[in-house]
Amino acid sequence: MSKQRIVVVGNGMVGHKFIDNLLEQGEGKDFEIVTCSEESRLAYDRVHLSAYFSGSTAADLALTSREYYQEKGVAYRLSDKVVEINAEEKYVVTECGHKEAYDKLVLATGSYPFVPPIPGNDQEHCLTYRTIDDLGMISASVKESKVGVVVGGGLLGLEAANALKAAGLETHVVEFAPRLMAVQLDEGGGKLLRRKIEDLGVQVHTEKATTEIVKGEECRYRMNFADGSFLETDMIVFSAGIRPQDELARKHDINVGERGGIEVDNYCRTSAQDIYAIGECALWGGRIFGLVAPGYTMAKVVAKHIVGDDKEMFLGADMSTKLKLLGVDVASIGDAHGQTEGAQSYTYNDEIEQVYKRLIVSADGKKVLGAVLVGDVEAYGGLLQMMLNDMDLPENPAALILPNTDGAETGLGADALPDTAQICSCYDVTKADIKEAIANGCTDMAGIKSATEASTGCGGCAALTKQVLDAELANLGYEVKTDICEHFAYSRKELADIVRVKKIKTFEELLESHGNGGSGCEVCKPAVGSILASFWNDYVLDDKLISLQDTNDIFLGNMQKDGTYSVVPRVPGGEITPEKLIVIGEVAKEFNLYTKVTGGQRIDLFGAQLHELPTIWKKLIDAGFETGHAYGKSLRTVKSCVGSTWCRYGVNDSVGFAIDLENRYKGLRAPHKIKFAVSGCTRECAEAQCKDIGVIATENGWNLYVCGNGGMRPRHGDLFATDLDNETLIKYVDRILMFYVRTADRLQRTSVWLENLEGGLDYLKEVVIEDKLGLGEELEAEMEANISNYQCEWKTTIENPEKLKRFQHFINSEETDSNLAYVEEREQRRPATKQERIEAVEVAS
Amino acid sequence: MSNWNTICKESDLTPGVGICALHQGQQVAIFKSQDGAALYAVSNFDPVGEANVMSRGLIGSTGDAVYVASPLYKERYNLETGECLDNEELSLKTFSVRAEEGAIQLLVDGEVIDINTGDKVA
Repeated sequence: MSKQRIVVVGNGMVGHKFIDNLLEQGEGKDFEIVTCSEESRLAYDRVHLSAYFSGSTAADLALTSREYYQEKGVAYRLSDKVVEINAEEKYVVTECGHKEAYDKLVLATGSYPFVPPIPGNDQEHCLTYRTIDDLGMISASVKESKVGVVVGGGLLGLEAANALKAAGLETHVVEFAPRLMAVQLDEGGGKLLRRKIEDLGVQVHTEKATTEIVKGEECRYRMNFADGSFLETDMIVFSAGIRPQDELARKHDINVGERGGIEVDNYCRTSAQDIYAIGECALWGGRIFGLVAPGYTMAKVVAKHIVGDDKEMFLGADMSTKLKLLGVDVASIGDAHGQTEGAQSYTYNDEIEQVYKRLIVSADGKKVLGAVLVGDVEAYGGLLQMMLNDMDLPENPAALILPNTDGAETGLGADALPDTAQICSCYDVTKADIKEAIANGCTDMAGIKSATEASTGCGGCAALTKQVLDAELANLGYEVKTDICEHFAYSRKELADIVRVKKIKTFEELLESHGNGGSGCEVCKPAVGSILASFWNDYVLDDKLISLQDTNDIFLGNMQKDGTYSVVPRVPGGEITPEKLIVIGEVAKEFNLYTKVTGGQRIDLFGAQLHELPTIWKKLIDAGFETGHAYGKSLRTVKSCVGSTWCRYGVNDSVGFAIDLENRYKGLRAPHKIKFAVSGCTRECAEAQCKDIGVIATENGWNLYVCGNGGMRPRHGDLFATDLDNETLIKYVDRILMFYVRTADRLQRTSVWLENLEGGLDYLKEVVIEDKLGLGEELEAEMEANISNYQCEWKTTIENPEKLKRFQHFINSEETDSNLAYVEEREQRRPATKQERIEAVEVAS
Repeated sequence: MSNWNTICKESDLTPGVGICALHQGQQVAIFKSQDGAALYAVSNFDPVGEANVMSRGLIGSTGDAVYVASPLYKERYNLETGECLDNEELSLKTFSVRAEEGAIQLLVDGEVIDINTGDKVA
């Protein structure tokens, strides 16, 4: 049998998901997959579209790449939409006249923004908010505007308003309905949301029907309303809802609904043979599902159906949502308007704290039907699960929405959820999936995320996932034990607090006051050594501290496999003079050191024996070098691209700033190594987004990315703040790093730390930018103290004859280690392998 | 004639940090416990990493046992017995060590010592 040809019309989120599912489902089966899109780029994340305005690029939002499709054998046609279907002969025709035959056709054409038919709506600065191209046009228009209006007070409209406000425009929202987010919120919720948004400086105009858009007097345009009032603005973004893109279906007599949408059955089959429709263009049970999760479910159902598995069906979806709009938490669950017959409700309205919650329950008062939450959405996960799993309400349902005054858990525990409960709707992860991951050894959030993908989509389920994890661990009898080792019944974070608050300066003091006896071990000693160094930054080879240091720190070098060391002088920002390069070359030559350039833009010299280290370092220090701390769990390098001083494209001096940063944070001991990078423009040649701290120049300052890393489990940094000046950026970095030093686990990189941090990136922003915990100045002061205590450990060491005694192989002999053996390779030496050693001995004898 | 080989001054040995001695042509790692009360001596050769590095390992305790962890791959060896705590097939040779009048000494091999007096018997 020849390959089945699958043609996918539209390459949006759902179309792409379908292709991914089919590749997965069809493993071993032969498919030829072709996708056509009217957009110029492959699928990208439309849910996080607004991130484009806070500095994310089209590449950040991309869900796939041309390389991936090529590798998987998926053919794609971009900027070439399908304009004709021939269902008889089974082929489609594109705008360019290209013909694609199919065995199965999948319509994933999505939706288009509805633009109200107002005279004057087609002018240059009247735009929509749906694609990356739209966003590009909005960005351009914003630059030439002072006032902006968003027509439509729904979810997308408010996101667009956020973008306009962030760009510094005087921002208005014009809504036809009497309240904001009329679909998801009730009157009380809408009212509070409006108040909160107006407090942020966005002006809201409800019950306004625009009649025409004409030339303005103060601004570019004037919008005239039906009630006789008007509003002047320089630009308008229409976000008045979406309409299913069903044009193709209409044209070819495939059944569509009265108000649009391609009718589908439980397998997402349309009325035409071998043609499916999925996502926002599909109409199931008379409903359009304008969220991504139901679209993903449809994609999965169709992929399975095509490979012959008809067990899974699409049977509707829950449309509950939780999101942050203009910084305001909003959630809507199920029957938010209480339209079910006999529905009753509980309402909690706190005008002081600006929190509104309404719980809608069934006529018999036993089940949750829906809820509206504004200002505090903690209860979302629990209430949603109660509704989805048809669970009985507790005795006092009001407690579910009342503030938690005595600190006790309200609502239901994760324990009460059935195994089938869907915890993460983006990736369809159930409680059973999480339990399975735990049974397979996952014991923290980072592990659960990587094993199940739960809470890696929109992140809305993070709190609930954590609750399920904790409850399961407790059920399995895991004492969630955070003791660092048998010598201390404390976690690293707790030990750090003890050391900091009680001003403990030595390991002995800590062991005596807070230990369990014994003399410490290779786990707690280096951990405490690192904590002491982070807060007091004393000389690590001090008599009181030396026995705590890990192997590498004891001799201030990285031990290699044969017991010799590598030597890495600091080269801040990767900038080095020819004179210094020559010194490195001379030293390497003199001591016959294998020489290699590192990934952190410096030079590593391998094969130094203990007794050689002081002489080598003396020569380097005399030439102006300092230790590079390559051996420590500490700041390693700040990588940089050449930046605006030489590069044609550079917009800022990345090298200069990288040097400043490296000199500021050099020597900072931390729970794990820390790497920085600074790029001089958005081309990002320094690869800052895979560093713990990444800095990228913009036209207006620096964008700061945090908690990325390469290595075993690569993670892109998260955009933390945009367009910062040097001073603010340094303030934020001081706070972030000290907060990390205080709270991370032992040997926990910033990436895993952030993933396990309750509240995640938003929480970190609150702590650092908004100073929610009131720790900001304290953290900065700690960093200042650390910086002022900086010393080059090698300089201190070579000036101290007592310390130098240890830098010889034997305490009682000048001899050196006779076990070392080398062979030459590519004109340098390397340790001999076992086989080479044996051969050498045979030749000699 | 002494049957103990003087290696270095006792003050050359920092509690918790090892040194390496050349003793009868062998490399010996010597440690003083963290509290300074006990001395240990084992072979400096790491049988897993196949390098002379044990003196540069960290010492620690688990229960009553005091051990050194290899600086290369972190196997732990009991300093009293030389047995590996993580793999029973591995062990380090142990040596007799003592502090005598401010000096660290290793017992010279091949001689029989009266354990009560420390004198050579034969």
